[in-house]
Amino acid sequence: MRKVLLGILLAGVLVGLGFGWAAAKKQPAQSKVTVVGSTALQPLVEAAAEQYQQSHTKASIIVQGGGSGTGLSQVQDGAVNVGSSDIFADQQDGIDHAKLQDHIVAVAGITPIVNPRLGIDDLTLDQLRQIFTGEVTNWRQLGGPDLPITVINRASGSGTRVAFEQTVLRSGEHAVNAQEQDSNGTVKEIVANTRGAISYISFAYINSRVQPVKLSGVTPTAANVTTNQWPLWSYEHLYMKRRPDAATKSFIRFMQTRRVQDSLIKDANYISIHDMKVARTPDGQISERSR
Amino acid sequence: MDELNQSFESKPTALFRRKKKVPQAFDRLLAPSAETRQEWGGKLVSCLAILLIGGLVLTLFAFLINKGLALFTTNKFSLGEFLTSTDWRPSHHHYGALPMITTSFAVTVLAGVLALPLALVSAIAITELLPNWVYRVLQPVIELLVGIPSVVYGYVGLTVIVPQLGRMFGGTGFGILAATCVLFLMILPTMTSMTIDNLRQVPKQYRLASAGLGATRWQTISRVVVPSAKSGILTAMVFGMARAFGEALAVQMVIGNAAIMPAGLMSSSATLTSVLTTGIGNTVMGTVSNNALWSLALLLLLMSLAFNLVLRLISRKGVR
Repeated sequence: MRKVLLGILLAGVLVGLGFGWAAAKKQPAQSKVTVVGSTALQPLVEAAAEQYQQSHTKASIIVQGGGSGTGLSQVQDGAVNVGSSDIFADQQDGIDHAKLQDHIVAVAGITPIVNPRLGIDDLTLDQLRQIFTGEVTNWRQLGGPDLPITVINRASGSGTRVAFEQTVLRSGEHAVNAQEQDSNGTVKEIVANTRGAISYISFAYINSRVQPVKLSGVTPTAANVTTNQWPLWSYEHLYMKRRPDAATKSFIRFMQTRRVQDSLIKDANYISIHDMKVARTPDGQISERSR
Repeated sequence: MDELNQSFESKPTALFRRKKKVPQAFDRLLAPSAETRQEWGGKLVSCLAILLIGGLVLTLFAFLINKGLALFTTNKFSLGEFLTSTDWRPSHHHYGALPMITTSFAVTVLAGVLALPLALVSAIAITELLPNWVYRVLQPVIELLVGIPSVVYGYVGLTVIVPQLGRMFGGTGFGILAATCVLFLMILPTMTSMTIDNLRQVPKQYRLASAGLGATRWQTISRVVVPSAKSGILTAMVFGMARAFGEALAVQMVIGNAAIMPAGLMSSSATLTSVLTTGIGNTVMGTVSNNALWSLALLLLLMSLAFNLVLRLISRKGVR
């Protein structure tokens, strides 16, 4: 009796598996796109991937962090379809940019931040340079309270740091050997807790616990970035191989559509590439953007 | 029973079916029993599992050694400079790991030395002095503390300990002292629970014999119980310190990550793990700065091996 029952059960399972297999065969082949790299860009790409998959049910998009360096090296090795990066491939050691295709999907504004209790909300670019090269070590020298300056840098090689130093430091100058933190969140936490601290974060992370610093009276806003009146900003890149597959191309094109640029990208406090009135080359030259 | 035997008889193994000459009764006696076959199966599975684990460990070692030595073999960076120079600036191709080695050791030793007495005292109190229900209540609490993820300790460190240290001693509060505090909190539960286990393993007869000789409770604890659990307690300390040495996330959040020689307990510094975790995502595989990070990782592996070796030596010398 039990054997009969067992037999029926087994047959049932087999039939079920068979149906499942048949159903799976009828499904169209999945087109998989993997995006790996910049943690700053990760939430944005994830949100876009979700939207994209709603209209393209066949596509499966996998988004992972790991850092700009990881993204660039993985896409160069062909391990992933898309490598996201905060910096130009030319600026990264060990990457042959001729092998890669660059697609800019957003612009991130960067702003210096200080503690709200410090009482400083305006600096010149030159003062900023003096702080980050260690020429000035006390806020008193800049008209503030008698307090040592605590410089908090981003990790060396991080996209935000490269963009910041490209604008603030003169060529050949090096940042003072100071604290390094590898995430926007930690940097914000430290500046919110330390009165003499100064650092820089993406616009997306600003909140009331830190004080954004104006540069010679110019406020850090998206509108000021589009005209380069606010000079601290970086491109967010998606890199792919020279000959990408159709699914990858289609997803990147989707990221650049007006629809994504005007909703997701603005909601995440990034700046749409369509709004930019200037363009910047890898070596920092600014020019009018040709439309 | 008969039915069982018959069904067994009807299915001799392939090996014996061929030997027709052997009489039937002999056949049954010599055929492997179900238990024997179970044992073979078990041995096969465990052998395969051991091979898999051993293979994985070996691959990992080979990979790390290969990657970690690339800085010295491929990039021709001198090993002596790597170990003794204090200048760590990957962007300028200076790879001196001494500041990180020093900081890692300082943090680990400080946390271990601070945590051991406290762990020992609380373990003695729980096992020897307090009533048994305290142990029953505290044991799950301590085990819960052991299981808290390190990012939680790091966050507590970042939001509570670091600002407090900053207020007390000036500066930012980041540095070896903050890392020591966080690691102390992290390894204390581990060390306490291990010490409790070791103290409870001391046979009751020891305590009875000691009491029978007229020793006071304090004499029993200090002359009998603790010495006989000594090796276990030391193991707990080394185990806790090994955990502290390899801890990355929590330390990275509070140490400041300035790769400079630590000037004091309150100056920002960087440990081997914190430099590794901040740097690895921003470098490209195969470049010199990436290889230097792998060398740090190899150094870390060798150090944990050393910790394990010490652990083995201590636990072998145990007086049980």
